Parts: sequence; C-alpha cells; structure tokens
Amino acid sequence: MATIQIGENEQHPDVALVASARGGDVHAFETLVNKYDRQIFRIAQHITQNKEDAQDVVQDAFLKAYEKLDQFQGNSKFYTWLVRIAVNESLMRLRKRRTGKMVSIDDDIETEEGSVPRDLADWSPNPEQNYGQAELAEILRKTIQGLPHGFRIVFVLRDVDGLSTEETAETLGLSVPAVKSRLLRSRLQLRERLSRYFRKKKAGEK
Amino acid sequence: MTCTEFLALLDELIDDDVSNDTRAQLQEHLKGCDHCEVTLNTTRKTIEIYRSHEVYELPNSVRERLHAAIMARCKNGC
Repeated sequence: MATIQIGENEQHPDVALVASARGGDVHAFETLVNKYDRQIFRIAQHITQNKEDAQDVVQDAFLKAYEKLDQFQGNSKFYTWLVRIAVNESLMRLRKRRTGKMVSIDDDIETEEGSVPRDLADWSPNPEQNYGQAELAEILRKTIQGLPHGFRIVFVLRDVDGLSTEETAETLGLSVPAVKSRLLRSRLQLRERLSRYFRKKKAGEK
Repeated sequence: MTCTEFLALLDELIDDDVSNDTRAQLQEHLKGCDHCEVTLNTTRKTIEIYRSHEVYELPNSVRERLHAAIMARCKNGC
C-alpha cells in the first residue's frame, strides 16, 4: 500500500515550475521553454508544414501560455495544456495561409487509403541503414507530409511524443474512438508508403 | 480469426493493450498468416523509425533567438 501512496503523492516536476512562474519567477518559465520548445516546434511544423510559421507558433504558444498561467487548472499536465495552445495557434496560421478558409482538425479525413494493407512485401532488416541521415529524414518528411493533417497530428502526438490516447483526445478535442481510428489508419498509411523504400529487393532489382 | 479481425486489433497488440486471451488468439492467427505478420512487424518498425529520427530539427541559432524574444516579453509582463 505504501507504494500506492507514494505514487499518488508524486508530483510532476512541472507543477513546481509552473507555480514559481506564476509567482513571477521568469527563470522557472525559461526552464519550461527549454524543456519543450523542440517538441512544440515539431508539432507546429507537422501541422503548418512551414518553417517560419512553426517558429512563430513556438513564440506565440509560449507567450500565450505565460499570459494564461493563472487559468491553468493543473488537472491536466502542463505539457498537454501547452500542446493544445500550440495546436490552435498552428491551425490559425494554416487558415491564414489558406486565405481564410476554415481549417480544423477534422479536415481531410475522407480517405480510405491505407486502411487495408496492399504492399505485403517484407522489409530488409534495419532498412533505414540503407540511407544516409539526410536522405532518410527527407523520406520520412515526404512520407508523413502525404497524410491529412488530422491524421498526422494524431500520429505525432501519440507515437512520436508519447502522449496517451486519452491525452491526445483531450488535447485535440477529439473522442477517444476518433483518436484510435485515426491512429490505426495513420500507422497503416505510413507503413504502406514507407514500404516503397524499405521493402526487400527481389533478386536482380537495384 | 480473419485478417480483418486481426487488423482491427493491430494497434491494441502493438500498444500491448490486449487481454491474455485475445493475445493468444492474435498469435494463433499470426502462425498461419505471413501477410499479417509482415504488416505487424513493418508497422512496428514504422513507429520505431519515426520515434528515433527527428524529422524537423530546431537549429540552436533559431532556438536562441526565439528564447530571447520570449523571455524579453515575459520580463516585460508580455
């Protein structure tokens, strides 16, 4: 039982940092910026697909979080709260680029592509080692860019960032079944597209 | 178990979110189905590759500029 009690009382290190930042300690806030700026940039870049926009989102999301620290309830993690701000800022930028057209996390999901695996060839062992680092990064970028943004962001939050299904749902304002369905389809579509590069070559193939 | 039923539980299997009974059924299906085995292994690999390779790097020079801009405004009360 003692273990459970310790678990319940355990505090996420961000809680103390947020409390200090609220009290006016800007260095505590700087620690949070240092901790999460790369992830926020990654998420923003995945949504906006534009480097300048993604950099602006990093700046605006942290500033907005700082302004609204008083409103942070503490019943969710600081990081998921911050991600929610960043997702909204990113969608706003995307909307601007698309000349005011409404953009939401529900767009572009009318696709059945990849829900049934077609390429069933096995991959080479450690197929990523057949490519240089820059080449591999380009393949991974190109491949994930091909997904609708509503899928992309679910995959990034859930599989790259490691948020739980529930946290992903809460962050994006989606239901848990919607996150699950998008995750499966994202994973299968990415697999299908990567297969083109990573499948075992048949004898005689280059 | 059919391939469609297997696919419907693919994520739960990958995320280790299945009961022992279901896991046994999924493994039984895998024994006789190369296609589903390939799908499972390559999907796992897909996730692993995306998790271990940064697709969008934030260069240090840009980081420093952003930090400076953020902190300057925070110190002025935003």
